[in-house]
Amino acid sequence: MIKTDILIIGAGPVGLFTVFEAGLLKLKCHLIDSLPMPGGQCAEIYPKKPIYDIPSHPEIMAGDLIKNLEQQIAPFRPGYTLGESAVSIEKIENEQFIVTTDQGTQHQASVIAIAGGLGTFEPRKPPLENLEQYENNGVNYIIKYPEYYRGKNVIIAGGGDSALDWTIFLENIASSVTLVHRRKEFRGSLDSVDKVQQLKNQGRINLITEAEVIGLKGVNRLDSVTLAHKETSINLECDYFIPLFGLTPKLGPISNWGLDIEKNAIKVDNSLDYQTNIPGIYAIGDVNIYPGKLKLILCGFHEATLMCQSAFQRIYPDKRNVLKYTTVTGINGFDGSKKQALKSTIKSIL
Amino acid sequence: MSSDIQIFLKDREGKQHKLIAPTDMQMNLMEVFKAYEIPVEGTCGGMALCASCQCYIESEHPLPIRSDDEEAMLAEAFHFKENSRLGCQINMIPELDGLVITLAPE
Repeated sequence: MIKTDILIIGAGPVGLFTVFEAGLLKLKCHLIDSLPMPGGQCAEIYPKKPIYDIPSHPEIMAGDLIKNLEQQIAPFRPGYTLGESAVSIEKIENEQFIVTTDQGTQHQASVIAIAGGLGTFEPRKPPLENLEQYENNGVNYIIKYPEYYRGKNVIIAGGGDSALDWTIFLENIASSVTLVHRRKEFRGSLDSVDKVQQLKNQGRINLITEAEVIGLKGVNRLDSVTLAHKETSINLECDYFIPLFGLTPKLGPISNWGLDIEKNAIKVDNSLDYQTNIPGIYAIGDVNIYPGKLKLILCGFHEATLMCQSAFQRIYPDKRNVLKYTTVTGINGFDGSKKQALKSTIKSIL
Repeated sequence: MSSDIQIFLKDREGKQHKLIAPTDMQMNLMEVFKAYEIPVEGTCGGMALCASCQCYIESEHPLPIRSDDEEAMLAEAFHFKENSRLGCQINMIPELDGLVITLAPE
């Protein structure tokens, strides 16, 4: 069991910044995120896009914003459970909560901060008849164990980085790799596009462009797919079909936690502390809703800051707390590190 | 109010909507959907990175040509048709008055 003061669900920019504000109050944090890396949408959807409305950053790449936040919170030693999604919550004695992930990892905390953005990222599934029938039975959306595909015939569909990168990677492992895309143009890093071109020229992969998978076949498991290709249809035998069309967020299991939900977002008390209808559970950033809500990173930072003050009072009801300025008290990391303003030099002039 | 235009939208349930959109607010079609609480996610906020605002253009209005970003995203979108566009890439300008569109399935 992982124990912490504040359990943060969602390691996007707002979840990450919560670690900092909690750290100033000497509260420990642990983050859960379904993605394998911190950063949320900034890392998954638009790492290379510039953001212009982060105060004091005239321009910053979303990916760099995440890097900076990770650096800023490092002294407060956050824990991470990555690649797992929070699925259930249970209240136990002493006002504590236990949150369990889809892989069974349990976390205990006094305060839960849901900073889940638009939700858990799930693979975008192509609208194919019988798709569900073949899921994990020839159709996979995520490649967890590449070795699984050794000696197999694999068809990958998609035109972005993950389709290109996995084509390159699996070419070494699988018996055959076929990449199917609706256009001749690919949206990926130039290196990957060049590498796939090279593999195609060398006859090491099959590249079928201007084509789309329109059907799946197989009695007990997938054994072939049907492609629409320039007004003809082709049947291609395969062991696996891997559609890689990116991820889309879904609020998911959190919507069954008994929280008040409005328009796919969690209702909070914005006049005070961004607490939900369940005391001890807060919702901050894009995942919450209140009158006048704006889904902006900078608003999420503000919400995280106020939420941490309230969390402190919940955890230490008898302790008095006053706002402290980092310019005065500096940063006292949980790792023993210390950052502080230099003392002024006082020297007399004779 | 003379800068407003009318957009005729058929939603995913087949229901017709008449949307009034200002042309002086730098709004795009996805934002107009959201302003009218039409159930369009607009997940990426308008960066042509999610296709949740895909719609079909049913009238002959002069539209800006698709950018490379939009082409690339539409190439990975489901339910693609020749008249598919991403709402977030269509800015509200006076020339689009009377535009007729159908929302693509989710």
